[in-house]
Amino acid sequence: MAITTLAELVEEASSRGVSIGAIVREREAEQSGRPEDDLDADMRERLGVMRSAVDRGLAGVRSRSGLTGGDGPRMASARMNGETICGEPFDSALAYALAVAEVNASMGRIVAAPTAGSCGVLPGVLLSVGERLCVDDLALVEALFAAGGVGAVIERSSTLSGAAAGCQAECGSAAAMASAAAVQLAGGSPEACASAVAIAFKGLLGLVCDPVAGLVEVPCIKRNATSVAVALAAADMALAGIRSVIPADEVIEAMGSIGRALPPSLRETALGGLAVTPTGKKVASGISVLGHGNCGLDV
Amino acid sequence: MRTVFNIIGPVMVGPSSSHTAGAVRIGLAARAIIGGQPSRAVITLYGSFATTYGGHGTDLALIAGLLGMSPDDERIPDARRLAAQSGLDVKFEVAEASPDIHPNTAKLELVGPFGATTSVVGSSIGGGSILITKIDHFEVDFSGESHAIVVAYRDQPGIIAKITSLLATEDVNIAAMRVSREAKHAKALAIIEVDQPVSDEARALISRIVGVDTAISLPPVSLA
Repeated sequence: MAITTLAELVEEASSRGVSIGAIVREREAEQSGRPEDDLDADMRERLGVMRSAVDRGLAGVRSRSGLTGGDGPRMASARMNGETICGEPFDSALAYALAVAEVNASMGRIVAAPTAGSCGVLPGVLLSVGERLCVDDLALVEALFAAGGVGAVIERSSTLSGAAAGCQAECGSAAAMASAAAVQLAGGSPEACASAVAIAFKGLLGLVCDPVAGLVEVPCIKRNATSVAVALAAADMALAGIRSVIPADEVIEAMGSIGRALPPSLRETALGGLAVTPTGKKVASGISVLGHGNCGLDV
Repeated sequence: MRTVFNIIGPVMVGPSSSHTAGAVRIGLAARAIIGGQPSRAVITLYGSFATTYGGHGTDLALIAGLLGMSPDDERIPDARRLAAQSGLDVKFEVAEASPDIHPNTAKLELVGPFGATTSVVGSSIGGGSILITKIDHFEVDFSGESHAIVVAYRDQPGIIAKITSLLATEDVNIAAMRVSREAKHAKALAIIEVDQPVSDEARALISRIVGVDTAISLPPVSLA
């Protein structure tokens, strides 16, 4: 049967004593007619793409516009030198998220999860928490299925598109998906996973999409990292037994209705917010000159 | 339900599903329509494609699609050099904004492998999904997500019936179909989206129906 609500996923997982990820994989097998081993292999491949993107970003990349790059390595080196406040796995999560988002901006290969603009959040949380807890790849794969199930619920009852509902639909959804995955990895109950989804989303509701020059760079790359922070905070609260007063499914619906209430200028059009700050506009006019100059209109 | 691999995925070259991955798919669809690698392409960019193509690599993505690369091909950033190497001459033009045109639209005027010319207009409508809206003078409307067969013919009674009955004997189920024509008894085009691939034999039989000029079988421009 198709995935409908988080409540329904939690109920089935709890009553059968399995993880949300296991239920999502089973449903995918049912819907696609493919054996679960094949699905695991496909998901493992995506995990590999995430790891390669982290490695590539930490080695240092530059975006095609020249506007961004190098923050992943910067964060990683601050972590190595003990110059940060929070420590592990938080610092690694930030470094990985920045690294993957920078690889995306540099036209590198990433897993859109759920979108290209928010592609750093899930690898940031999943890989850093995985290292911290020393889990094997199969557990990470099952956590990715859990994240995918949460994303499927969001897409069904709301949206995953920044153009439709702002950044809350992209980085917000990614954080909600990632926090459920983290709770599952840490051995939390399906109910705790749903609480993490609700708490993470509540921290990011209303987040607008206002990309400078219309590019997936400013503020997108750093928003991937700050969304990681929200995801980890929500996961720890959920693991501590803190429950959301508003159930996750209702929070997800609220995200959709907030998105519809956002003016178009704050939904990926680059006509509002940071995009029209004096610096945002200056950067945009610089880029369009640079963009045309660099690329040339003829081969 | 969409597959969970479209939520954790697709694997793609960044930075934007609409401006990069979708643009590759438009290029791929155009390549399929012209029937192979074009030797020349004049690509006009509209709306947001026109203003942000540089930072999003939309130009590289369109070329990559014409070269037959998929959206996760790591050679996409190198597409201009690869095009020059493989004898594809590309020129870009930027159009004035128009309210009638979807903001993420490209028109590709192509010279095909055997010298035929075709013009294809496609829009990237979000999340990497595309819509091909025009082939030559014909308004069309297909997503490239399923198998399709494109039949150019001379407008006359009975042609569609012959095509569809041929597909029926091949056990090919029609999912959607759109027919348009330049004028009564003039050139016409049918886009038939189907659930199963159309075999080479069936395509050849369709192309031999009296009144049919060409029949092209298009594979899906994969979203996975």
